[in-house]
Amino acid sequence: MPLVAIIALAGITYAFRLAGPLLRDRVRLPKGADGLITAATAVLLVSLAATQALTQGHGFAGWARPAGVAVAGLLAARKAPFPVIVIAAAATAALLRLAGVS
Amino acid sequence: MRRPRRTSATSGPASPFPATTPLLRDVSLICVADGIVAASFGAISVAGGLPWWVPVAMSLLVFAGGAQFAATSVVLAGGSPVAAVAAGALLNTRLAPYGFTVASITGRNWWTRLAGAQLTTDESVAFALRETDEGQARRAFWTCGAILYAAWNVCVVLGVLAGTAIRNTAAFGLDATFPAVLLALALPTIRDQRTRIASGAGAAIAVALTPVLPAGLPVLTSLAGLPLLARAAPKRRNGGED
Repeated sequence: MPLVAIIALAGITYAFRLAGPLLRDRVRLPKGADGLITAATAVLLVSLAATQALTQGHGFAGWARPAGVAVAGLLAARKAPFPVIVIAAAATAALLRLAGVS
Repeated sequence: MRRPRRTSATSGPASPFPATTPLLRDVSLICVADGIVAASFGAISVAGGLPWWVPVAMSLLVFAGGAQFAATSVVLAGGSPVAAVAAGALLNTRLAPYGFTVASITGRNWWTRLAGAQLTTDESVAFALRETDEGQARRAFWTCGAILYAAWNVCVVLGVLAGTAIRNTAAFGLDATFPAVLLALALPTIRDQRTRIASGAGAAIAVALTPVLPAGLPVLTSLAGLPLLARAAPKRRNGGED
């Protein structure tokens, strides 16, 4: 990832953060913007998770990775601690590969 | 990444002890939890093949966990930097309403506004919102923001150091950790049926288009699932019609 991309992301992010303090007296956020943004966040995160769990390049990623992510999803839904979720995802994928499942 | 509305429920009855003690205790707990996320970020990024300074610079400058994971994972999956920036930026749009929420807390000075903006996160806003007194809210925001900024960046560096020791990422199953983290971040934001439907549809669109679109782009097409929210919206208010 080139430095210029990091700076671009940082700049855009900072602009979002500064908009409120700068514009509060002049602009009001439209009603419902909050809910729409929350929903868009959920859609993006789930889609990122799904594409990266299932695909590698333009093809299927194999069974081990989505299996690890599925285990992580179940644990996350049960509100397991974060380290448990991450380690379970890695361990599931690693063990399946060790067993010859790819 | 915690949402402000959820933490407000955790503020207990008035304590006889000085207000600083529970604040510092709660901030420390958040820092431990987020520190683990930060260390994972640093470790997975370098283990995936990025140079050490990428996660470090991103944490210092962007300072937003979800966007950092999203942008990095797009790049590691072979996506273009433009797609990575777009995914990260879209996730960070939620910081704009936060900014309006805490605008009165970061003050009238231009330099406290500039510094306060960088420290605006899910966590610092949540800590500010659970206080009723404005002075307390200000103290909670700055305490959480400043300590979390320090902890987050230190832990990313520690994670980078650990990650450079890992050679074979596939054997350790590390490729499963990025999507796992993203899923763990997403689940608390899905509170109703409509968001669930929109997310499922968006994910299906993105996965289906992955074989044909350049890497990084399919994720952005998932936003096509959002109109499902609007379609389902009147249904709830009018008691269902189809």
